[in-house]
Amino acid sequence: MIELRDIRKAFGPKQVLDGVDLKVETGESLVIIGGSGTGKSITIKCILGLVQPDSGTILLDGQDITKADRDAFLARFGMLFQGGALFDSMPVWQNIAFRLLRGPGRLPRAEARALAIEKLARVGLGPETADLYPAELSGGMQKRAGLARAIAADPEIIFFDEPTAGLDPIMAGVINRLIRDIVDEMGVTAITITHDMTTVRDVAHRVAMLHGGKIRWCGPVDAVETADDPYLDQFIHGRAEGPIATLR
Amino acid sequence: MSARLLAPVAGLGRAVLDAMAATGRVTIFAGSAVGHLFRPPIYFKEILYAALSIGYFSLPVVALTALFTGAALALQIYAGGARFSAEAVVPQIVAVGMVRELGPVLGGLMIAARVTSSIAAEIATMKVTEQIDALVTLSTHPMKYLSAPRILAATLVVPVLVGVGDVIGVFGGYLVGTLKLGFNAATYLHNTVDFLEFSDIASSLTKGAVFGFIAVTVACYYGMNSGRGALGVGNATKGSVQTAAVLILAANFVLTGLFFAA
Ligand SMILES: Nc1ncnc2c1ncn2[C@@H]1O[C@H](COP(=O)(O)OP(=O)(O)OP(=O)(O)O)[C@@H](O)[C@H]1O
Ligand SMILES: [Mg+2]
Repeated sequence: MIELRDIRKAFGPKQVLDGVDLKVETGESLVIIGGSGTGKSITIKCILGLVQPDSGTILLDGQDITKADRDAFLARFGMLFQGGALFDSMPVWQNIAFRLLRGPGRLPRAEARALAIEKLARVGLGPETADLYPAELSGGMQKRAGLARAIAADPEIIFFDEPTAGLDPIMAGVINRLIRDIVDEMGVTAITITHDMTTVRDVAHRVAMLHGGKIRWCGPVDAVETADDPYLDQFIHGRAEGPIATLR
Repeated sequence: MSARLLAPVAGLGRAVLDAMAATGRVTIFAGSAVGHLFRPPIYFKEILYAALSIGYFSLPVVALTALFTGAALALQIYAGGARFSAEAVVPQIVAVGMVRELGPVLGGLMIAARVTSSIAAEIATMKVTEQIDALVTLSTHPMKYLSAPRILAATLVVPVLVGVGDVIGVFGGYLVGTLKLGFNAATYLHNTVDFLEFSDIASSLTKGAVFGFIAVTVACYYGMNSGRGALGVGNATKGSVQTAAVLILAANFVLTGLFFAA
């Protein structure tokens, strides 16, 4: 279980997170929605310790993450970055197998490569992609390769930062089903950030909406459509008129 | 009015303070990087790769720099020495000048131009495209994986480069001396070898190691602390080369003092 308590983070004068409280149960799939620039990416970076919150606590299975053993902690996580963040100095398969090629439980090269190609297939990329360099892939292909890297070592907890942004509808459908399958079959805990309402419907058990530095609304996915919250309503229907300002 | 008059002085003071603060931060960074060198895991492949790209691929530029410098030095000493009929000292002065000062300093500056800039830009780009964050989430310490291997490789390989540069620089002087200035080839070589002492060569190689360490530590520091976006990468690269060059020259002064001031 992941629990965020009163997380605050400012960049200069700009208070991005202003007391975020959030709970994700083990095996649950939470989707975070919210306007561009509201701090969704920053929130998951706080959980991973990539960004230090100014105040507040983050608990993983009841233990404060700042007191946890960093290596053991990170070994439980997989992360898909919003921009892919593939290492452009190495071919795609070595990116995907990065964790498998290093560390205590490392695999032989041939085995790691085979596993990387298998993960590539799961995100809809053929084996010929394995030996290309990230710079030779299109944006959507990079995204999917990043996704393959995030799931490569079968982590317990996976964060997906906009997994379907920049993908065609069919590929987006493939990715949504992949995330759903990983959660259902392997009991993974997932946090997905998305602007794509199809992803919300396909992937989420629960939905949280971030607005004004706080969790504005949080509830089961079935309740999203019927919820009586003007902010959520405006957001999911994509209306220009409503309480959320369009200039920000 | 007086504030206006003092503005340049204040600017200078600020620049000096900034430089000192930066040097302090780089020193702390260097300490941490060296610490990582001795704690596993150690990335041998990265060290090897860094040694190749820093050392081997810098050979041409260092060799050319040394060759032309040695040649020009020989011409200068000859012309200058002629004013008090001391033309004959060309081989000795070229040898000492190249090995003690110009070989290491120019080699170090070329490394700052070629290696510092590329490492700073590479690491800064990795930082702005979240690749450093990605490394962390894959349980790999960026300091250990990116900085430590490059710093170690530079410290080992730049002295070799400087040694090669010294030899080529002396050779440049030899070419000019024998082909243009009428020195006897055997005498020129004999005078060079006879005149150089072990301490000259030791100081040269020590300087090489220190300059290599400085050039790449500064590069990694600026890369890791890059600002955001293309502008951030540009500033990191610019700052790294500037700082590395100044620190190399300052360190050269200190080392020359340590070796030869007695
Ligand atoms: N390193 C940083 N320095 C300064 N400001 C930052 C930094 N990182 C993020 N911010 C600011 O924090 C805010 C939230 O950023 P974040 O990336 O979390 O947004 P987001 O909700 O993920 O948006 P999007 O949907 O567009 O990805 C933004 O306004 C951004 O300007
Ligand atoms: Mg984001």
